[in-house]
Amino acid sequence: MTHLLEINNLDVKFDTDEGRITAIDNVSLTLDQGKVLGIVGESGSGKSVTAKSIMQLNPGNTIYNDNAEIIIDDENVLKFTSKNDLKKIRGGKVSMIFQEPMASFAPAIKIGYQMVEQLMIHKPMDKKEAKNISIDMLNRVGIADAEKRFNQYAFELSGGMRQRAMIAMALSTMPKLLLADEPTTALDVTIQAQVINLMKDIIKEFNMGVIFITHDLGVIAQVADDVAVMYLGSIVERGPVNEILKNPKHPYTRGLLNALPDINNLDAPLKPIPGNIPSPLDRPSACVFRTRCPDPTHDCREGNTEMGLIEVSPGHWVDKCCVNCG
Amino acid sequence: MNENIVSVNNLSVSFDYQENFLSKKQKIKAVNNINIKIKKGSFFGLVGESGSGKTTLGRAILGANKISQGNVIFHDDEKDYDLTSITSKEMKEYRKKAQLIFQDPYAALSPRMTVRDIIAEPLEVMKITNSREETDERVRDIAAKCRLNLEHLRRFPHAFSGGQRQRISIARALVSNPKFIVADESVAALDVSIQADILNLLKQLQEDLNLTYLFISHDLSVVAHVCDIVAVMYLGHIVEMAPSRELFSNPRHSYTKALLSSIPSIDPENKSKAIELQGEIPSAMNPPSGCVFRTRCPNPTHDCKEGNIVMGLKEVSPNHWVDQCCVNCG
Repeated sequence: MTHLLEINNLDVKFDTDEGRITAIDNVSLTLDQGKVLGIVGESGSGKSVTAKSIMQLNPGNTIYNDNAEIIIDDENVLKFTSKNDLKKIRGGKVSMIFQEPMASFAPAIKIGYQMVEQLMIHKPMDKKEAKNISIDMLNRVGIADAEKRFNQYAFELSGGMRQRAMIAMALSTMPKLLLADEPTTALDVTIQAQVINLMKDIIKEFNMGVIFITHDLGVIAQVADDVAVMYLGSIVERGPVNEILKNPKHPYTRGLLNALPDINNLDAPLKPIPGNIPSPLDRPSACVFRTRCPDPTHDCREGNTEMGLIEVSPGHWVDKCCVNCG
Repeated sequence: MNENIVSVNNLSVSFDYQENFLSKKQKIKAVNNINIKIKKGSFFGLVGESGSGKTTLGRAILGANKISQGNVIFHDDEKDYDLTSITSKEMKEYRKKAQLIFQDPYAALSPRMTVRDIIAEPLEVMKITNSREETDERVRDIAAKCRLNLEHLRRFPHAFSGGQRQRISIARALVSNPKFIVADESVAALDVSIQADILNLLKQLQEDLNLTYLFISHDLSVVAHVCDIVAVMYLGHIVEMAPSRELFSNPRHSYTKALLSSIPSIDPENKSKAIELQGEIPSAMNPPSGCVFRTRCPNPTHDCKEGNIVMGLKEVSPNHWVDQCCVNCG
């Protein structure tokens, strides 16, 4: 069976004034239709860059490696350069929901116009039809008075409402793949719960593949089928959500889980992961986690190990260096 | 001697609001009739959604917002400072004793000052130290307590990660030897692995320096972990207040219950649905009459729905205060 999305050996580097920065190092992953892949990691771990690579939305100083492949429908979308080809992935087969809903709508254009505009670019339809579909989508994501909201500006909507409108807009073109980049981070918990439930229903209904990026392991536990944990541009652990959260093998995943305040166990001390995330300019050689690993092996500390995922149990992949550490 | 460090009595803060220059001036009540007492040495938590008035209350206690009604009294060892009738000389003294740690460590530090200058600035502005040597001594001392190295002091903020920057902000707040700290969402902008580190540091400093905190946060699991006592705010009112263990094990207000159930569980098998509150927090410009929570209450009583209720906290068990209206609802 072919996958909906297949990423092979993706490296992403940025040329900056201070030098060439490695943002993504040898990332490979697959996603099937109807599944939700959660990507977790701290800021700077390359979660968003991975998602943006799929739509080629990274800035102009980005360098992709030659043998990298991002395959959707048997086509390597990384090699797309013409406007027509890019249109197929940007908003056509793939849609994206961003973190900050205020920043992702144009402030001086009515929401309805923005929704109709993008629909007409991607689908052959007239204005009236596009408007009907847009209003229908707004209704479906639970916006009351959809017709009134259709004619309003982004600033007239509250945060939760804006995020719903953003979801409606992303889904109106019926994409096969949805990239959700921290869609609930800017929302209050009660609104976050509403948006998560809405997204779960919609994912089921439309049977699309979703990449759900977040730093919140609780959100991942609730929405994802599979999880990839990223650290400094590499996937360090990957597998089914239950397995990763209940039986983590990588010290970084364990560290993240331990650092999380648990409301059901108030006596447990909070355990930070020691040290700071290294700057991308001095990315550790060999195993990237070795500067913060609680108990690195001798070889790892010296930088003599190579990174790469090995399968420790069916579907559960861990970096081969860190399987042996703490 | 008073066992409290801050007493807030019937405090209301309102802001003037004018839609445009022709329309009538309106008053927006951001904080409404709040009564709290913060015990010396406690870690007092304040939770609520955006727009609930947490920050306004914190700022009013520091004298950074005008008080419309009621008063705030800061009890120092020998002296009480009443913020409604404070002289400017007393205000200067008060500033040394009560300080604020901000949310965003990227925005709170001037990019053009070295870390040493950032930490030393309060000492110079408040004229606490008399010579440069003394200033340097104080800066080095507090930097060490906040786990910053001496070589860090010569650098500029851009060279630091989020967690280190937050430690610089904490050092700056603590350098004047305050007794009371308002920490406004101080870990919200940090990654989880770093957040735990900063929370542990705040706890450690509390012991070392005898501090009292007002800890403002929207993250209930963080508050549950560090605070002794927690107040839940909704639309300018405190709707529930109790020692943290009591509050989290036995919440009485439907809003607190909804907040707690909304925290996504880390266990993938525990897909229990959150108690979904209808709609969103109403605008403070026209809050619901009577009980402010009634528009989102899952199960309001008849009187409450009609807006016939007066709000006010009622003690349901020792030290556990709940809004008197909502005790009977849902």
